[in-house]
Amino acid sequence: MLTIVFITLLAITAASYAMGRRRAFAVVHGAPENLHSRPVYHGAFVAAWVGIPACLLVVAWLALQGPIIEALLVDSLPEQKIKGLAPGQLDLLVAEIKSVAAGNIFGQPDAAVREAAARYNGWQDIAQWSMFTCAIAAALLGLALTRRRISATFRARHGVERVMNIIMIACSLIAILTTLGIVVSLLVEALRFFDRVPWTEFFFGLNWEPQIPIREDQVTAGGAFGAIPVFTGTLLIAGIALLVAVPTGLYSAVYLTEYANPRVRAIIKPILEILAGIPTVVYGFFAVLTVAPAMRSFGETIGMDIAPNSALAAGAVMGIMIIPFVSSFSDDAINAVPHSMREGSYGLGATKGETIKNVLLPAALPGIMGGILLAASRAIGETMIVVMAAGLIARLTANPFEAVTTVTVQIVTLLIGDTEFDNPKTLAAFALGLVLFVVTLGLNVVALRIVQKYREKYE
Amino acid sequence: MSDIASTKDTAQYWGSDAHKRMVARRHAADKRLQFYGMAAIGLAILLLGILVASLVRTGYVSFIQTKVNLEIPLESSRIDATKPQAANYRVIVRNAFRALFPEVKGNRNLRNIDKILSSEARFIVRDYVVANPDMIGKMVTLDLPLSDPFDQLHKGVIPSQVEALTKREIGLFRGLVSRNVVSIQDGRTVVQIDAFVDPKKVLPDNLAFGDYGSIVKEGFRSYFLRRGADTSDSLLAPDAGDALKAYVEANPDAIGKTVQVKVPLASDYDAIFKGEVPMATNPRFASAEQVAAFNSLEIRGLISTPFNWELFVNSDSRFPEQAGLAGAIVGSFYTLLVCFLISFPMGIAAAIYLEEFAPTNRLTDLIEVNINNLAAVPSVVFGLLGLAVFLGFFGLPRSAPLVGGMVLSLMTLPTIIIATRAALKAVPPSIREAALGVGASKHQVILHHVLPFAMPGILTGTIIGLAQALGETAPLLLIGMNAFITSAPGGVLEPATALPTQIFSWADSPERGFVSRTSAAILVLLGFLVAMNAIAIFLRQRFELKW
Repeated sequence: MLTIVFITLLAITAASYAMGRRRAFAVVHGAPENLHSRPVYHGAFVAAWVGIPACLLVVAWLALQGPIIEALLVDSLPEQKIKGLAPGQLDLLVAEIKSVAAGNIFGQPDAAVREAAARYNGWQDIAQWSMFTCAIAAALLGLALTRRRISATFRARHGVERVMNIIMIACSLIAILTTLGIVVSLLVEALRFFDRVPWTEFFFGLNWEPQIPIREDQVTAGGAFGAIPVFTGTLLIAGIALLVAVPTGLYSAVYLTEYANPRVRAIIKPILEILAGIPTVVYGFFAVLTVAPAMRSFGETIGMDIAPNSALAAGAVMGIMIIPFVSSFSDDAINAVPHSMREGSYGLGATKGETIKNVLLPAALPGIMGGILLAASRAIGETMIVVMAAGLIARLTANPFEAVTTVTVQIVTLLIGDTEFDNPKTLAAFALGLVLFVVTLGLNVVALRIVQKYREKYE
Repeated sequence: MSDIASTKDTAQYWGSDAHKRMVARRHAADKRLQFYGMAAIGLAILLLGILVASLVRTGYVSFIQTKVNLEIPLESSRIDATKPQAANYRVIVRNAFRALFPEVKGNRNLRNIDKILSSEARFIVRDYVVANPDMIGKMVTLDLPLSDPFDQLHKGVIPSQVEALTKREIGLFRGLVSRNVVSIQDGRTVVQIDAFVDPKKVLPDNLAFGDYGSIVKEGFRSYFLRRGADTSDSLLAPDAGDALKAYVEANPDAIGKTVQVKVPLASDYDAIFKGEVPMATNPRFASAEQVAAFNSLEIRGLISTPFNWELFVNSDSRFPEQAGLAGAIVGSFYTLLVCFLISFPMGIAAAIYLEEFAPTNRLTDLIEVNINNLAAVPSVVFGLLGLAVFLGFFGLPRSAPLVGGMVLSLMTLPTIIIATRAALKAVPPSIREAALGVGASKHQVILHHVLPFAMPGILTGTIIGLAQALGETAPLLLIGMNAFITSAPGGVLEPATALPTQIFSWADSPERGFVSRTSAAILVLLGFLVAMNAIAIFLRQRFELKW
């Protein structure tokens, strides 16, 4: 149905473009030099006013149709059927009616449900057809109104450019809308979570056991939401990653900027960048397939017990991934140090190494720090490596050979599979997401600020 | 260098031994730093090499598939020509396969034989018959896939035999050897124990039926007092008691006394002591006979390993030998298509506005800050957004490529906007001025003259953004694109998986065969990424104009 609507609209729009263009030729009797705007603009003007309002109408209709029909459906249900139902049970009933309406009948639905399903299907049909009619009416209305305006002096180009401006501004606003969407959706769900679990428990509790019983008789942990062990696990793994990435990245940047000849540099730099382009799920599998077993057997030979999903394996592999972040930011920072400083140092008789250690690195430090902070934010927000290679159980430990869990692991495991938006388990994921978003955003803002300040200093 | 100034007689200091040593030290420090740099780069490249090598090493075997050449009689008594899909192909295939092993008898052995063939083989035969109904009543020869363990065995991924003893068991035995109580007697490895011949267990008037076994075990346990009692029993041969029996029968007065006897060890330990490595059938296989049956197939030349087209033609399956990537590739294609259709026009429109039209004010500043920050938001947060807004609020279907593409387009948008702005900036002002000079409006200048020149740069950025989106996993997991779906999606609203989520679910599967399938899927994904990046580089080098 939807496809038919869009195809029809597309056809009408294309036809109205042709009609507008022909009309423009017609009003000046085939002499387009007498028009203010070229005929294509007349066509585009008509097409824009035919296609865009009708499409917006369809989109708005689709967004509103579901909730309105649902409200009608609930109103139409017999009184005794919905009396005393909790909102959750009402949702279940509505879902049952919908699935019966879609033809998936399980068991024997009672008569009221069957009737409601029939009504639901009827309304669904009415809505579809009226949407179709309204959209085409809107398109034809647009055609009638704009086609009449075409004349030799009509400034169609200005009209088209105005429409283009509005579209471009709307597209630019998507960035703000996305941020807003993230903040609002995280905040709303997180606040619902804090309604049920006090925020003091979340931020200061030491016990994280989110698997709460679904049925009365199920034996599980009680459902504790103290996120401190999750946070410390995240910091432990990110810390290990930085311990791997910072020295490797920094030393390779120093070598590439100061020692390597341009040919070597042109080959090595893209190879390092490959490390950042490999999908993280590949790193996760690499950690499980190669790194963790290797560490485990190494631990066995020296008589140490390393967990198969130890923080060390996940952190080390994550470190490999963020090497290019550190190295390319350090590279930029070292390159940005003015040549005069370098030459001054050589002039005093310093060796290359001494120049790097005493002049370049101190001068480039802010830029390097910015790069490290960005790498840290990347490490904290990294998901797939830890989902595959780190543990699930929150443990408050600083021992890298044990398994720990992270914020992102918890978000994914809490939300994978069927999700209902009304239990603290799934809402907890949004609270964790909010913390993650705020922390990474803070790190990014600080890092970008540092990098920018530093650039200004030397420009 | 401050120590130069503190030297009293500078002239004498130059060229002195102390000075030479200092210079040498400084140069050594310089060389050291250079070495560290090279070591760091070497380490990074080595790690990249290990990553690729381990994937290739485990993954390449999945590009071939072990198959058996099987003659199947399509008896018309078993297949109804009017309803060929309804016949019992399980029995048809089973009987045809069992016919290769006429010597195997017994239900258990026959069932083990059945397990050599993939349990999906019957569907292949069914599809063949449905496609070729005129073959009913004839004998057909088909290449059918083997089940996962035998596929792995034939490719040499898993051995047919494994070491029978664990390291711990060998360690126990070595401890025993170091006490100098193990020796060889009459060709068998024996251990010397102190056994108390308990009169309650061995009655003097009935020496033949004493409980010698438990006496021997008890005596042997004294070597392993610190461990649990049952750990030591498996080291002894089943007939260990007989050695004691023979001794007691020869010396009946030993009853009630502690005697020194040498009892034989189990055959595996016997082998170790003689310097061999004891082997046992790999527990992945049901029995040694099953492996022997498979080997006979190999000897008869019925086994072949053609290229594994199924990897690209089949969709997901519970059985690794039949699992393929078709569904995931189609799902990824739809997802990227939606992502491209949304982010490409929107990204260009936003970039043109910000670069060419936007006045410098608070709003545009806010937009720019937002774009830069969105590029650094963790991907899982976009998944949360998709879950809460697209699925929760707008009620779009779970696992649909449409939703996946919408979420990914939000992540790709900053990349495209940044690339487009850079490309627009690179078009020289002379182009704009010339167009303006002949009377074009600002929109015409950009659409007709600037944008075409910027297009290669924009396309390069877009392809790189889409390549990133292709590898993105976490947001797709949250909107349910890791579901188990056995057919390729027919549209953007049908449930689907994508390549990276397929990799994730295969990596989580316990079957051994999925390890190499996962590596193969990763190689396919990396292949797509390399191809996309190569196209981007080609576009940049071929079409980008240098001014």
